[in-house]
Formats: sequence, structure tokens, C-alpha cells
Amino acid sequence: MEYLLLLHSDPKGWETMNETERAQGMAAYMAFGDALRKADVLRGSNRLRPADTATTVRIREGKTEVQNGPFIETREELGGYYLIDVKDLDAALSWAARCPGAGHGSVEVRPVWGM
Amino acid sequence: MTQEAEDAARRSYGKLVAILAARSGDVAGAEDALSEAFGSALGDWPEHGVPANAEAWLLTVARRRIVDGVRRRKLDEDASQHFLLLEELAEPADADALPDRRLELLFACAHPGIDRSARAPLMLQTVLGFDAGTIASAFLVSPSAMSQRLVRAKTKIRQAGIGFRVPGRDELAERLDAVLEAIYAVYAEGWTDAEGADPQRRNLAEEAIFLGKLIAALLPQEPECLGLVALMLHAQARRPARRNAAGDYVPIAQQDTTLWDGAMIDEAESLLHAASRIGAPARFQLEAALQSAHNVRRTGEAVHWAAVVDLYDALIALDASPVIQVNRAIALSKVALSKVEGALSGLQALDAIATDARLRDYQPYWAARADLLARSGDAGSAREAYERAIGLERDPAVRRFLQERAAALSA
Repeated sequence: MEYLLLLHSDPKGWETMNETERAQGMAAYMAFGDALRKADVLRGSNRLRPADTATTVRIREGKTEVQNGPFIETREELGGYYLIDVKDLDAALSWAARCPGAGHGSVEVRPVWGM
Repeated sequence: MTQEAEDAARRSYGKLVAILAARSGDVAGAEDALSEAFGSALGDWPEHGVPANAEAWLLTVARRRIVDGVRRRKLDEDASQHFLLLEELAEPADADALPDRRLELLFACAHPGIDRSARAPLMLQTVLGFDAGTIASAFLVSPSAMSQRLVRAKTKIRQAGIGFRVPGRDELAERLDAVLEAIYAVYAEGWTDAEGADPQRRNLAEEAIFLGKLIAALLPQEPECLGLVALMLHAQARRPARRNAAGDYVPIAQQDTTLWDGAMIDEAESLLHAASRIGAPARFQLEAALQSAHNVRRTGEAVHWAAVVDLYDALIALDASPVIQVNRAIALSKVALSKVEGALSGLQALDAIATDARLRDYQPYWAARADLLARSGDAGSAREAYERAIGLERDPAVRRFLQERAAALSA
């Protein structure tokens, strides 16, 4: 089954890190991605630019509204995702727990509803 | 409630569930009745004062709830049970005479008919009163899935008529193994929270020790019960040394032994000796002996690695799991006189099990491999293995430690 791991975290955490900590943080994500690939469960992953680069579109009563910023303003913002294909939710949770994002933010695990 | 009252309530909880469920075979019904009784206590006690015999009071109220429930349902099949319960109600419960049926409850929870993954959670809930959400976090399972698992297990106990009894001699060893394994699973989950950052999680390690001591007290002639408690105490004794002041991971060989809890180690040692006087060592005594072999460092002694390898060999003879093989390989690498020679013999032992598919995502295998490769001088392969271990690690402190090790390779 496919699950999307959604990484939410406070971008301030990253901003307050020094060079070494950042390098270490990036390397941890690289290693996590590699582990997913080697386990043959990774279907896709990426980072997202910060939420202040977001633009939100909605149509209300026939009128298009375009708004700067994300759909919901929160301290912890969506920063990236991993799409994985594993046996069941337990397996997805065990990968989520290994994700560095679980340590400095939250990892939301959502089953993919295929179309 | 004060902490003391809460602890007392928690201790009473399992005792009372055990008594109620042993009669009816209905764990869920017992829990519901008891939670209603606790609810009544919250209303009654502040007004009338805590009864001198609180447990007996709770038991009587809970029994009355069960009788009321049966009466409401008016089912023929329950009639006989109904009369038994009425008889019990006629004689007010006396706390000193309350039987301890928790042993029977533990055996019901770890019955072979209960799904293995439900046994430890079931014990946590019925004997210790943990809620499903807390248990789910500890076992890294979704709370709704954990609730379902618990409900299913309790239904199974009731519908399959799983008896509340201590197995006879002929099947005791095997059945006891399942109980001890479930208690150890609770401990292992508590152990993964090294800093004790999560108060509920740290409790889990302590609660497992409580369960272990409980079963050891109820079955004092079973050496494996003593072995399990010794094992948990030995590991627990090192807890304060597992992280330094900055929160960094400290491997066992570098731990400050003055931080180890000496009294706990002594207690573990005397339990292990008591166990060895009873009979032949089995799994938990061997694992406790392994912990003991590491904890000799407290008295300034060096770890006797050849003896450690022997202990692993004895364990492998009982259960050739790859987990034990990985640990044996590490111990083996410390036996040889030269660093490189040791590393190579450890690697050889790891290569022998490398095709086991279970090791692909098993972090300790890759961490061990990385360390041995580094010691053997193969920095390139070591770096790759470290990467793999880092990607599979859950604990940020351990991840940092491995990253520093990997970085030191190129230096």
C-alpha cells in the first residue's frame, strides 16, 4: 500500500542551526532517503520551498481569488514529503519514526487513495 | 488524585480486574464494571471519606454493576453466573482475604490463542490500567489499530473460553515463556526512550520491572522469572549513563560506570545467583548473564569477551535469531588480540548471516558492520554501512553519534 509521509516542522529550527548542524541534518535526510531506496519502498520524495513562497487559489461564487501564502498559516509548515509503498500501516509508521523530521517536527502518515 | 493515590489505584486496578475477570472470563466486562466503580468512588469518597478497605469497596461496587448488567440482559446462559455473583455479594469482600489472581490474568493475556502482538499490550491494559493511546505510542502502532487489537483479544478470551488458570507442570515452561516474553517486550519499548524524555515511556521500563517482580514473587521457584528481572535490572542500572549532559549518546564501553546504579546491579546479581541455584539456565538467565558480564566494569574489572561469546553461543543454541548473531559478532571481534584481526573475525561472522532478509532494515546490523569495517581499515565500505545505519535509526542522539563516527573516517 502507498502512504504519503508529510513532513511538518517549524522552519525557524533550521534557521537557528549553525553550519555543522545543518550539514548533519541534511546528511540525516540523505541517509534516510537512501535507506528507503535500499529497502525498495521509495516511490517519490521532495522538499518544498518555504510556505511564504506559496500562492493559494480558490474560486468562490464564480470569482477567482488568489492569495499570497499557504492555505493555512501555522507555525509548523509542510516542508516535504516521501511517498512510500509498504505492506501496511505498521510498516509505514516504522519508517515515519526513522524519518529525521519526526525528531524535529511531525510526520503525518496518510494512506494514498488511488484513482 | 495525589501521585500516591494514583499509584495505589493502578496497583489495585490489575488485582481487581483479575478477580472479576477470573470469575466471568470477561475481561472487557470486568474493566467496564471497575471503571464504573472508580467513577462511584470519585463521587462517594470525597463526601464520606475513603473507606478503610478501599479495594474491597471497589470490588463490591464493581460486582454489583456486573450483577445489574446480567439482570438487565436476563440471559439464561448467564443465570448460573448470576447466582454465583449474588452469593459473593452476600459475603462482603474482605481485603486481607482478596485472592491475588493476577498470575492467572497474566497467563490468560499471553495465552497461545492470543495474537502474539496483542499479548504485551493486553497485559499493560488489564494488569496496569494503561489506556490504548499510550500503549499505541509505545509500540508504534496507530491508536485505533491498537484499540481494535485489544478489543479483539478480549473477545477471544471470552468467546474461546480461555481459562484463568496457572498451567500445570507439563505446559508451564512453554506458557511461562510467552508471559515473560511479553513482559520483556514492555521493557524493550520503555528502553528505547533513553533520555526518559517521555514520562509515560520511562514508566514503561519501570512497569515492566514491576510486572517481572510480581511474577517472580508469585512463581519463586521458576528461575526464568528471576532471570528476567535480573536482566531488566542490569540494563536499567545503566540508564543514567546512556546519555551525557549534552544529551549525546554514550556507547556502553565509554559509559561512566560511577553513574550506574550499584544497588540495582547488586540486586540483579543476587537474583541471578538465586536462579542458577534452581536449575539449568535458559534464555533470560543467559541474557542477564550477558548484561552482568558488561556490568563487571563497575568494579574496575575488564569485560571477559571470550565468556561473552560463549554466552551468545549458548543463546544461539536455543534460538538462532539474527539479532543474537549480530551481537555475537561484535563480541567475537573483541576477543582477538589485534584490532584488525578482531574486526575481520567479526566481519566474517556477519558475512555468514548477510543473506538473511530480516537484516536488510535492521539498524544494529549495519551499525555493527560499519564499526567493524572501520576498525579493519576499510573506510569506504564503512562509510556506506554507516549511511545505511543512519538512515534506519530512530533516535536522533544515536543518529548524531553515527554521523560523527562516519565523519571521523575521512579525518
